[in-house]
Amino acid sequence: MLFTTFILAFRSIRRHLMRSFLTTLGIIIGVAAVITMVTLGEATTLAVQKQIASLGNNILLVRPGQGFGRGGGGPQPSDFDARDVAAIRDQIAGITAVAPQASSAVTAVYEGSNWTTTVNGTTADFFSVQPWPLVAGRSFEPDEELAGKAVCILGNTVRKNLFTGGGEPDAPLGQRIRLNGISCLVIGLLSTRGQAGFGGDQDDVVIMPIKTVQRRLTGNLDIRVMLVGVDQAYDSPTVQTAITGLLRQRRQITGDKQDDFNIFDTAQISATLTATTTLLTGIVTAVAAISLVVGGIGIMNIMLVSVTERTREIGIRLAIGAVANEVLTQFLVEAIVLSCLGGVIGIALAQVLVLIIAPLMQVPWLFVPRINLLAFLIAAAIGMVFGYFPARRAAGLNPIDALRAE
Amino acid sequence: MAPLIQLSHVTKTFGTGEAQFQALKGVDLKVASGDFVAIMGPSGSGKSTMMNILGCLDVPSGGQYLFKGHDVGSLDRDQRALLRRRYLGFVFQGYNLLARTSALENVELPLIYRGDGREVRQTLSMAALTKVGLADWAGHTPSELSGGQQQRVAIARALVTNPELLLADEPTGNLDSERSVEIMELLTQLNQTSGITVLMVTHEPDMARFAERIIHFRDGLVDHVDSNKAVPA
Ligand SMILES: Nc1ncnc2c1ncn2[C@@H]1O[C@H](COP(=O)(O)OP(=O)(O)O)[C@@H](O)[C@H]1O
Ligand SMILES: [Mg+2]
Repeated sequence: MLFTTFILAFRSIRRHLMRSFLTTLGIIIGVAAVITMVTLGEATTLAVQKQIASLGNNILLVRPGQGFGRGGGGPQPSDFDARDVAAIRDQIAGITAVAPQASSAVTAVYEGSNWTTTVNGTTADFFSVQPWPLVAGRSFEPDEELAGKAVCILGNTVRKNLFTGGGEPDAPLGQRIRLNGISCLVIGLLSTRGQAGFGGDQDDVVIMPIKTVQRRLTGNLDIRVMLVGVDQAYDSPTVQTAITGLLRQRRQITGDKQDDFNIFDTAQISATLTATTTLLTGIVTAVAAISLVVGGIGIMNIMLVSVTERTREIGIRLAIGAVANEVLTQFLVEAIVLSCLGGVIGIALAQVLVLIIAPLMQVPWLFVPRINLLAFLIAAAIGMVFGYFPARRAAGLNPIDALRAE
Repeated sequence: MAPLIQLSHVTKTFGTGEAQFQALKGVDLKVASGDFVAIMGPSGSGKSTMMNILGCLDVPSGGQYLFKGHDVGSLDRDQRALLRRRYLGFVFQGYNLLARTSALENVELPLIYRGDGREVRQTLSMAALTKVGLADWAGHTPSELSGGQQQRVAIARALVTNPELLLADEPTGNLDSERSVEIMELLTQLNQTSGITVLMVTHEPDMARFAERIIHFRDGLVDHVDSNKAVPA
C-alpha cells in the first residue's frame, strides 16, 4: 500500500509542476537565506576572533598621561625608566613578562631602496608578552641587549619594501641595513600580522634592543610604553590595580590626585569586538528567521490556494473508494518529498552563496552543520504542516461535501 | 434473496435551526439485482440527495438503508469507503475526473486503491476504455477530451472494478442528445451484458425510456413508479 501511495504522490507532483515548484521555491529561499546569513555571521565572528588572537591575550599597555594619547594641560607627565620596568617585574604577582618600549621614526635604507618606518626598541620579553613568531632568524641574545648592539628584526612590510630583489625568503638575514645612518645587522624576520583593525599596519616596524634605540636614536633613557603580559590564571583587573598602586607610589601621586599614567587592557578590545560581533550575529539571525517565516508564509499561501482544487481531488478519491488514511498518507508523502527536496536544494544553494560572498567580505568559507540541519528541519516541518493539515481537514469531510468544494 | 437496495423511511435534513431543510421526507425504495431504474422528478425534489446516500457519499438523517441486506448505518467511514470500492461505481453529472491526469490513469485509480498490480491495472483499464470506445484516447487528459468523452472516461472508471451497482446522477445532463443516446446505449449494454444494476437520474423522458422502471420523485418523496417492461419500445 505504501508503495502505491508513493506512486500517487510522485504522479501528483509531476502533474502539478508549477504548484510543486512554487512550494519548493518557498522552502529553497527560506533555507538558503537562513543558512547563508548565519554562516556568514559565524565566518565574520571567526575572522574577528582571529584578529583578536593576533593581539595576543591580555596585554596591559602602560603609558604616561591620562587616558588615550597624552592630552590634557599642565606639565607633561614623565616617561618611565628601566627601574619602573624592574619594579613591576619584581613586585607584581600574576604577570608573565614586562617589555619596555621606546620608539623612533627612522628612514631605513638598503642598497637602492629606502622606506620610512618606526623602530621599536624593546627586549626579548617583547616576544613572550605576545605571540609573534619569527619566520626566520632569531631574537636578541642577552649580551646584545646589554651591550646595545646594532641588530634588528624586520617586520614583513619593511622587509618587502627594502629587499625588493626577491631571492630566498631568508635572504635578508645577515645583511646590513642603515637606520638613520646607523648600520644595523638583520638577525630575524617577523611573521605577518596584518592590519590591527584599529590603527595601521602592524608589520611596518623594525624591532631592536632598547638600549641601542635609546643610545643611538632617541638619545635618552625614557621608556614610552610598558607591555605587561598577564598570566592567564590571574584576573587582569586585579593585576591592573596592583600596577596602578605601585606606579602611584613610585611617581608620588597621593590622596585623591589623578593618575598621570594610564593602563589599557587589550582584553577591552577583544570584549568590544566580541560584543560587536555578537550583536551582528544577532541581527543577521533575526533577518534570517524573518526570511524563513516569509518563506513559510509563501508555502502556506500556495498550499491554501490549492486547497479547493485539492479538496475536490480528495472528494474524487474518496468517492471511488479510497480510505481517508490512504489519501492523507499520499498528501503527507507529497509534502515531505517537496519540503525535503526544497531543503536539500536550499542547503546546496546556500553553500554556493557563501562560497561567492565570503571572499567579498574577506571572511573564511565555513560549513556550519548545526544551522544547516536546523534550517532543513524547520523548512521540512513548515512544508509538512501546511501540506498536511488542509488535507486532513478535507479528508475528514463527507465525500460529497469534499466534491462540492468551491 | 434480499434486494440489492432497500430504503425504509429514509430522511435527510440539511442545516440547523431556522435554515433547516428536509430534502428527503421518508423514502421507501427497493431495487433488485440486475434492475435498470431511472429516477425522474423536478429539480430540488431530492434525487441527488438520495443518490448520494445510496452511493455512501452521504449519510441519511433517519431511516434505514440496507445494502445486500446489510445495514449501512452500522458502518463507519472507512467501512463505507471499502463498500464503495468493492460494490459501487458512481457517475456524476460533472464527470469529476482528476485534472492533468490521462484517461488511462483516471480509470486506473480505483484499481490502485483496490491494490491491483501494474499489469492487471493496465489490462483492466484498457479493457474498460475499449468498452466505452475510447481506447485511442487513453493518453489524453480531460482538458483534451470533449464532454461526451469525459463522461465515457468517468463511466469506464466506474465500471473498471466490475461493480454490482452503477449510480449515475444526470450522466447526460451536460451532453447533446446524440452523445446522450450513446451514453444511454452504453449503460443499457452494461446492464444487459454484465448484469450490472443501474440507477440513473435524468430529466429527459427520452433517456428514461431506456430503463425498465421509472421512479418519480416529488418533494422529497417517491411519488409513483412506472414500468416500461409492459410496453416494449
Ligand atoms: N448540502 C446541502 N445543504 C443544504 N441544502 C441542500 C444540500 N444539498 C441539497 N440541498 C437541498 O436539498 C434539496 C434537494 O436537492 P437535490 O437532492 O440536489 O435535488 P435534485 O437532485 O432532485 O435536483 C434542494 O432544495 C437543495 O437545495
Ligand atoms: Mg440533482
